[in-house]
Amino acid sequence: MLSTNLKHLTSVEDFNQVVENNENVMICCGRMGPMCLPVYDVMENLEEKYDHVTFYDMAFDAPYANVLRSHPKAAKFMGLPFTFYFKNGEAVEATSSIQSKKQIKDILDVQFS
Amino acid sequence: MTKNNITETYDVIILGGGPAGLTAGIYLGRAKVKTLIINEGSIGGQMVLTHAIANFPGVDIDISGRDLSLKMKAQAKAFGCDFESNVEVTGIDLSGELKQVEIDGDEVFAAKSIIIASGGTPRPLGVNGESQFKGQGISYCATCDGDFFTDKEILVVGGGNSALEEAVSLTQYARKVTVIHQFDHFQATEHAIKLAQNNAKISFIMESEIQHIIGDQTLKGVEIMHMKTKARSQVFADGIFIFIGYIANTDSLPDSIILNARNEIITDENMATNIDGVFAAGDVREKQFRQITTAVSDGTIAALSAIDYLQK
Repeated sequence: MLSTNLKHLTSVEDFNQVVENNENVMICCGRMGPMCLPVYDVMENLEEKYDHVTFYDMAFDAPYANVLRSHPKAAKFMGLPFTFYFKNGEAVEATSSIQSKKQIKDILDVQFS
Repeated sequence: MTKNNITETYDVIILGGGPAGLTAGIYLGRAKVKTLIINEGSIGGQMVLTHAIANFPGVDIDISGRDLSLKMKAQAKAFGCDFESNVEVTGIDLSGELKQVEIDGDEVFAAKSIIIASGGTPRPLGVNGESQFKGQGISYCATCDGDFFTDKEILVVGGGNSALEEAVSLTQYARKVTVIHQFDHFQATEHAIKLAQNNAKISFIMESEIQHIIGDQTLKGVEIMHMKTKARSQVFADGIFIFIGYIANTDSLPDSIILNARNEIITDENMATNIDGVFAAGDVREKQFRQITTAVSDGTIAALSAIDYLQK
């Protein structure tokens, strides 16, 4: 489990339930590393402002994270973290490596407006 | 930008939560100066990018940049500094006696003195294909992404300590590492150069510059040009790690503050800028050596200078 203030996904069942039962979901799958920490920070910061979006993290090295590591949208990803945006259960956007607050807000505003 | 709806007024506002800003916060907090640290990214700045910090006095030689950052933050907080973290600075007004900083477009903080310690961000190559393959073959962090390149061939761009140390670190994963550098010599320490040169997995292409990234669906390599002969050639690789220095974060500053040609803030030896009550510390200012220890030194001097300014 990651030591962030975000809600954690800790099993495939958790993941399925969250993605199926929430309209807008952002999940950051990473480690406690320098490219991942700023993304978690931004998500924690945006949680209040984007109350129509559900924010989660997932530990990249956990076996259950295979659900995102092997996701078709991550097929070419070679940089942590893997960040996914799900709308009504479907992955509508995914990014690899660090993203700025502006880049994240731009995706949230377009995909979850 | 001057606004009347000020959220809170401080003695000093520090822009930036890296080693320079946090050290300034520690000194100001300990001197009972009401201080706010405003930080746009993760606390620690570029320091969090370092896997192990071996040359910071008095700490374990394998302390991570993240752990050192958290210790510095805890120290500043214990001395009474307030923090506004992970916010966007949307306006800075340094014109009046009371300087103003707007965050996220809706809150305005004011202070008699400002310390700019906003640091730098990794310098991109600035060639075609770089943004397309970021996170899909192009990386700026060996400790984060090295294991994606296990048994693959990678390029490391740069010739300073970071480039050579990370090249050595990447040989844990990669089959072959090629360092591409634009000069005929390195800017790293002798120790770092020897470690890289003695590593059988590392080879070097000197006096060459990347012209563009080659790839369609996936990254395939780069086209390089020899700086003297202008001859072009292609180098194939599965990934590229870029360590070519940093750009000072001065974009959001008003034009009234004097910068050098590289957009770094010009200060005197007391960290004072050309504006009364405005100081700069760390990688954002013009200086030769950029280390955590020099940032800490800058932060100390800036804080003491700000205290002097407040007492005038």
